[in-house]
Amino acid sequence: MLKKIRVILSVLLLFLITLYFLDFRDFLPESFSFLAEIQFIPALLAVNILVLASLLLLTLLFGRVYCSSICPMGIYQDMVAWFSKKFTRKKKYKYSKAKNVLRWSVLAATVVAFIFGFTFLVGLLDPYGAYGRMVTHLLRPAYLAGNNLLEAIFTSFDNYAFYKVSIYSLSLFSSAIALITLGVIGYLAWRNGRTYCNTICPVGTTLGFLSKYSLFKIHFVDDKCNLCGLCAMKCKASCIDSKNKQIDYSRCVTCFNCIESCNRDAMKYRFALPGKKRPAATAPAYSYVKEEKPGKEVKSVDASKRRFLSATLATGLAAGHLIAQEISEGVLPKRELKRQVPIAPPGAVSFDHLREKCISCHLCVSKCPSHVIKPAFLEYGLGGIMQPKLYFDRGFCNYDCTICGEVCPTGAIQPLTKEEKNHTQMGQVQFIIENCIVYYDETSCGACSEHCPTQAVHMVPYKGVLTIPEINQDICVGCGACEHACPAIPYKAIYVEGLAIQNIVEIKQEEVEEIVIDEFGF
Amino acid sequence: MDRRKFLRAVALTGAAFTTMKEADAMNVLTQSFESNRAAANYDLVAVMGGEPEIMFRKAIAEMGGMKNFISKGDKVCVKPNIGWDQPEEMAANTNPKLVAEIIKQCFDAGASEVTVFDHPCDEWRKTYSNSGIEEAAKRAGAKVVPAHQESYYKTVSIPQGKRLKTAKIHQAIVDSDKWINVPILKNHGGAQLTISMKNYMGIVWDRGFFHANDLQQCIADVCTYEKRPVLNVVDAYRLMKTSGPKGKSLSDVVLSKGLFMSQDIVAVDTAAANFFNQAREMPLERVTHIAKAQELGLGTMNLESLNIRRLKI
Repeated sequence: MLKKIRVILSVLLLFLITLYFLDFRDFLPESFSFLAEIQFIPALLAVNILVLASLLLLTLLFGRVYCSSICPMGIYQDMVAWFSKKFTRKKKYKYSKAKNVLRWSVLAATVVAFIFGFTFLVGLLDPYGAYGRMVTHLLRPAYLAGNNLLEAIFTSFDNYAFYKVSIYSLSLFSSAIALITLGVIGYLAWRNGRTYCNTICPVGTTLGFLSKYSLFKIHFVDDKCNLCGLCAMKCKASCIDSKNKQIDYSRCVTCFNCIESCNRDAMKYRFALPGKKRPAATAPAYSYVKEEKPGKEVKSVDASKRRFLSATLATGLAAGHLIAQEISEGVLPKRELKRQVPIAPPGAVSFDHLREKCISCHLCVSKCPSHVIKPAFLEYGLGGIMQPKLYFDRGFCNYDCTICGEVCPTGAIQPLTKEEKNHTQMGQVQFIIENCIVYYDETSCGACSEHCPTQAVHMVPYKGVLTIPEINQDICVGCGACEHACPAIPYKAIYVEGLAIQNIVEIKQEEVEEIVIDEFGF
Repeated sequence: MDRRKFLRAVALTGAAFTTMKEADAMNVLTQSFESNRAAANYDLVAVMGGEPEIMFRKAIAEMGGMKNFISKGDKVCVKPNIGWDQPEEMAANTNPKLVAEIIKQCFDAGASEVTVFDHPCDEWRKTYSNSGIEEAAKRAGAKVVPAHQESYYKTVSIPQGKRLKTAKIHQAIVDSDKWINVPILKNHGGAQLTISMKNYMGIVWDRGFFHANDLQQCIADVCTYEKRPVLNVVDAYRLMKTSGPKGKSLSDVVLSKGLFMSQDIVAVDTAAANFFNQAREMPLERVTHIAKAQELGLGTMNLESLNIRRLKI
């Protein structure tokens, strides 16, 4: 029963969050972004006290339910493991010792890297972020291809329920990372179930530490257990030492597979106050296995954990936030357009803010209706690899659109109202007159100005009846419409330079003058 | 033919004639552009002072009714300006009420299908929906088709073009029997004004080519594409006098309550430009694509030479 509930809940949540990433037609309401917001690392970075407290409370009450049913990467592994069983029928898990040094070292490295401004590592290892990248870079192209197939079929019957979409690779690096993640975690899951969660995942280590003290746990019922070992064979976390009737609760993800598998009803998920050591039964109810002494005493002190805590504290105090990389503001290019400073999405506040908060789940990349967000490579520095930046090859940032900030679960891109968005300056327009068609061809153009929502680019009289662009950086929001539209080749005449710190611009409201037209005028 | 059949034929013909309102409607049988032109009562109709759909009804009646232009069974394409993610009040897109009325009249005239599309500059989903046109057109029974991908366009040759020799034109136009051009009157930073001819830029895929190769000439060139609209209906219910074609605030918009209709694209743009000139100075010489189109033989800027019906509501 417990397992059934767990499986249904897991599959439902995985399906919904995956669909939320893929859904480009807004079938799911925007409020479904809560699926990302309830993830552990996003809640931590967003300082979402409510979610954090709930997750911690949930763990302290019921164990690692988060890892079992909420974390999409955890469920992905369960699915891989489930499939692996279809191929090797006699698949058995077996108990293994906790790799505490590895676990705590990875966690320590992640925290230290984060403090040093190298958020890349958190982003790389956070299971939700990693899953998001898998969906965005690997599954999404397939989903879009499926859409296009349906479109072709439906449109041939004169039905326009579907429309074509472009499929393209956003970033080679992020796609490679996603593929490696899929492969490595998938392989580990195929072989040994939840290895990633219990050796590498920083969230797993953290919650594992808490789940040792949770109130509801799985317990052996001594007088029923005959030490058959079936439970250990079914434990995808390899945390049941059936011979000694010990469960490593730091690794148990409360999947209830053991309870389900036990023929003798000898495992119970029940309430027990933590702290009291359960006296190990000296003998099973009736046993055909020879009695065995526990091999080793369980260490009461976890040395690596202490090392981790002290290292973290020391580094934190020493380093502070001094290390954020500066991006030099170079001289503007003469003819060739080469953006010196990347453009962060609207509401990213500053490069530092983005670097500190963003785990590169790429939900914004998936959701941007204008297709202007893609993962950066080294533009933000090493710590900002894979974090979102704007580019204008396929469109430009819609003036009134606020979706990226609304879906961002970590607060890296702050939610903006339409009013705030209209005044957020993420970059500034630059005009290279030598490249402009009006200048060198002396013909009309105005593509930049026609797209400009604030008229930061406006046309002023030039030779004869011609008009030429003039820019006003003070009211430019950096949406890139001008850059996208500029038809000058090979180098555009107008483009946007990013800003390391986003500004609020003031746009004067012009008064509406009453003009009455009574006549035809001809 | 026996007597019975003869009588039946006479009765049916008589019935058909009595259901037709105007004698001109006889021309419905001849479908070519030239004969349509001859069928119209006036060369150009200008209406002022009413709601968009009312002005259209008056104007089309003066032109001899929609049946003059649309025949039974026609696949019709109505091409408004749906360029920008702006609401109706901003006058960046054609008035949705006008679009809906035109669609309705097309169906009344016997159109078998009406499609509506534009190649927007802003993100197309938001533009279609926020302009209000998608909903209005669908409600009127039209198919609103996408135009955001190159594969929806077909290459056609423009033999009369000076700079533009070929263009990729949306299949909804290429495959239609008739099309109706429904622009809105606006200021435009590059072309100075965007009216009927500039509205052609929404039927082509590669607008960048126009901008990079003498915009004004390309606008005139594309209008020489062999399939001409059977009607140009200029929406001037609201006009955007400044910051066009997208506009930034309501201070750019004038509630001008006008509508112009003609088969002569040069004439209707000339008339609309003169109308615009009252809201903001805009001499015709600055809107050079109009003169370039006249040079290409697309119509006349000499309004004096035309039979114009002016109507105030």
